[in-house]
Amino acid sequence: MSTAANVPRASDLPPTGLRRFAAWLHAHPKAQVRLLLAGPVGWMLIAYIGSLFVLLLGAFWDKDSFTGQVKPFVWSLDAFESIVTNEVYRTVALRTIGIAAAVTVTDALLAFPIAYYMARVASPRTRGILVVAILMPLWAAYLVKVYAWRAILQGGGVLEWVLSPFNIEAPGLGQLMNSWIVLSYLWLPYMILPIYAGLERIPESLLEASADLGARNGTTFRRVVLPIVFPALVAGSIFTFSLTLGDYITPDLVSDAKFIGNVIYDNSSLGDLPLAAAFSLVPIVIMIAYLLVARRLGAFESL
Amino acid sequence: MTESFWTRVGLRVATGFVLAFLYLPLIILVIYAFNSSRLQAWPPAGFTLHWFAEAAGNTSLREAILNSVLAGLGATAIALVLGTLAALAIHRFSFFGRETITFLFVLPIALPGVVTGIALRTTFQTAGVDFGLMTIIVGHATFCVVIAYNNVIARMRRLPRTPEEASADLGADSWTTFRRITLPSIGTALLSGGLLAFALSFDEIIVTLFTAGPGTETVPMWILGAIRRPRELPVVNVVAFVLILISTIPVYLAQRISAGSGGGRY
Amino acid sequence: MRHLRIQVLLAVVALVAAACGSTGGGSAAPSLVTEIGEGEGELNLVIWAGYAESGETEGFDWVTPFEEETGCIVNATNMSDSNNGVSLIQSGEYDGISASGDATTRLIASGLVAPVDTSIFENYANVFDDLKDLPHNTVDGVNYGVPHGRGPNLLAYNTEAFAEAPTGWSAVFDGADHAGDISVYDSSIFIADAALYLKNTQPDLGITDPYQLTQEQFDAAIALLEELDANEPLYWADYADQISSYGSGDVVVGTTWPLQVNILQADGAPIEAITPEEGTTGWSDTWMMYAEAEHPNCMLMWMDHMMSPEANAQATVYFGEAATSPQACEAAEEIAAGHCEAQHADETDYWERIWYWSTPQESCADDDDATTCVTQEDWVEAWNTLRGA
Repeated sequence: MSTAANVPRASDLPPTGLRRFAAWLHAHPKAQVRLLLAGPVGWMLIAYIGSLFVLLLGAFWDKDSFTGQVKPFVWSLDAFESIVTNEVYRTVALRTIGIAAAVTVTDALLAFPIAYYMARVASPRTRGILVVAILMPLWAAYLVKVYAWRAILQGGGVLEWVLSPFNIEAPGLGQLMNSWIVLSYLWLPYMILPIYAGLERIPESLLEASADLGARNGTTFRRVVLPIVFPALVAGSIFTFSLTLGDYITPDLVSDAKFIGNVIYDNSSLGDLPLAAAFSLVPIVIMIAYLLVARRLGAFESL
Repeated sequence: MTESFWTRVGLRVATGFVLAFLYLPLIILVIYAFNSSRLQAWPPAGFTLHWFAEAAGNTSLREAILNSVLAGLGATAIALVLGTLAALAIHRFSFFGRETITFLFVLPIALPGVVTGIALRTTFQTAGVDFGLMTIIVGHATFCVVIAYNNVIARMRRLPRTPEEASADLGADSWTTFRRITLPSIGTALLSGGLLAFALSFDEIIVTLFTAGPGTETVPMWILGAIRRPRELPVVNVVAFVLILISTIPVYLAQRISAGSGGGRY
Repeated sequence: MRHLRIQVLLAVVALVAAACGSTGGGSAAPSLVTEIGEGEGELNLVIWAGYAESGETEGFDWVTPFEEETGCIVNATNMSDSNNGVSLIQSGEYDGISASGDATTRLIASGLVAPVDTSIFENYANVFDDLKDLPHNTVDGVNYGVPHGRGPNLLAYNTEAFAEAPTGWSAVFDGADHAGDISVYDSSIFIADAALYLKNTQPDLGITDPYQLTQEQFDAAIALLEELDANEPLYWADYADQISSYGSGDVVVGTTWPLQVNILQADGAPIEAITPEEGTTGWSDTWMMYAEAEHPNCMLMWMDHMMSPEANAQATVYFGEAATSPQACEAAEEIAAGHCEAQHADETDYWERIWYWSTPQESCADDDDATTCVTQEDWVEAWNTLRGA
């Protein structure tokens, strides 16, 4: 903390241009806000929203039916027509949403006990170790983790070896269930940490008050803890849901079922950019709706 | 409230189970890092340290690591600056559109990576920008901003305004106050936010695939390429193993820092 | 906030205007390339896996000598199938591609690849005659690239899973007893394999060319593929994934390239492969240069290099395809004795039962105006529907 002697007094210094500007800023808070936000918001609007706009514009463009080349500014609703008429896109969208929901619920159920243990039962030292233990898998590259699961789930892999004494055959690669397992695995830390942070924030006094009023542990948990930690749960669910909604690498590697991400990626890499762009609207709309609901539920403060 | 004995036992068991689940594939990959056969059959054929030697001598891997580190540093720097500016504005002033701006920052991380990737790629191509390290950094910075922003604003919310007010009362201008009061007090939030942003950038594959050119490779891209060359698969396991080992240091540091300054924020 | 919104709107409008400018100008037909100039120091290629090896496998390196001689540093990207390859070339970031017949026609028609005067290549004269001026890379007497190896798609099986070696494609298309362990190429071009199978098993459909199918023939092929899908095959888009599946025993039979078979056998896996008597699909690849390549001279030098005996021998032995010239065959003898015989490199009649990957066209690629065939676009859409469901 600096003493009065070190800090230059504004009134003692000559009125340079910079100082005048700073003074003017001080008197005009709105300008301060604009200046501060110009960088970050400008970046987001130009680099991000701008590029989304360019992408979605391309969804309305026509493409040559033989060569597959996009004809910019030649308008056509072909891509949207395909999506609406061909049943497969509906199947893929529903399948992805279903798995995303399943993954979110699974992760919430798996994350809660360990988060609770860390927040309320573990000693501070154990807590520190556990946080490190949960963050570490995030550092093992995503691809490597998926390939490790491939090795476990494939025919001739670890799972089959474990099941062989019981004479059960492993389902092998190609099962939709595999995607559910691996995706739940991958995003689990992203669910544990917000819940842990949320539980940690509950003041002890609140729980004591509840006990003083005569509530037993179960009731306190149900009526005090859960409502308080719910926004954190929703915050964690934003990650698990959105990451599943857009993933294409995991479904590609461990199952044969196509997800929304696969359709978008496949079409973009096979040259049908308008279709990829048009189908991108599906996860965008879903996620924006999800985010609006999540914000309502207070999740943004618990991210 | 104090949890009952059986509840605590149950929690311990559940924790153990979840930890086992988290680490099972990692243990498998560590075993494969020592596997003497290239084919990933189970049980592993034999034991060897050969792949570690190969990994050390691999030049494309070293280049990839350099690219990843540069991209991570660049993206983190940009994200920290932009995130802090935004946090300052939103924490201090109330104005119309605050909530929308927070929403805006969350979007890149909430919308699917494949959509962000294709959008950026199409835009770069349209604008005639050359793909390379810069385009990678732009992509990463965009979704790292929210991480820096979250960490800084969470810290700011916990700090009292009094030191800053006192500084202003003593005659310091805004920049001096920021430099000597605000910045040090959010320093650890910047560090932990920066570490998380760096980790995110380092491991990112989907958006990177779309924004890198044919000549630039980051570590995840190298892994993707190597994993598709069956002769290199065991080297990939070695790389992952080493990454996990090395990462204990920054992760542990970040944990100590954030725990030390009175917040459990990761 | 209002200020910012206007600025952003302006920026986006500027971007879109740039789109107007840059994408409108590429439609003029590319001009004939008549000479090779100085190298530009870099070369970006779209290749089939294994087409640009730089020594990771002992004895197979045709990239480093090229880089040393020409100063062109090679960056190669694998394509998963021809559709992916076409899309990569369309991105404008690459200088050339090793295109199969189901990509070449589209690339030529859209003006993305440059016609070349083959006399500028030292090694072109030596190329086998039946590889020159083929319809998939030569239009109206103009060549759009130079030939690379050719080969058949193989039926690969695990010897430990079959008491008797399979002899035909029924092992894949009628493989209910190996349900869940069948490996199938994940690309719309695989519809041709189904059509080829039907050509032999359902002759009354009248299929003459598995790539040019009437709607009725096409629907029959799709029905066959749906039956196959019911047996839960494992689709492969990346050669390494298929190698790992065969290697771990997860699949025991399927369609593959010789590259995977070579690698699996070298690693001791019990895998054998056959070219079924009833015929098979295959490929004949052409190195083509992107019309607006940033490094055209490097690409041209690469094209010549890949026809040179040493490079061609290494490349075709590594992948397991037929070499392109007698000189390359001689050089291949040093690496793998009997390679050219085994690959039928100069046996013209062998290639009559190999159906090179070709592009489905509405005109059926024949002179008969009466018939129309299912388009390339519809092939892709039907495949996506099959795979997505």
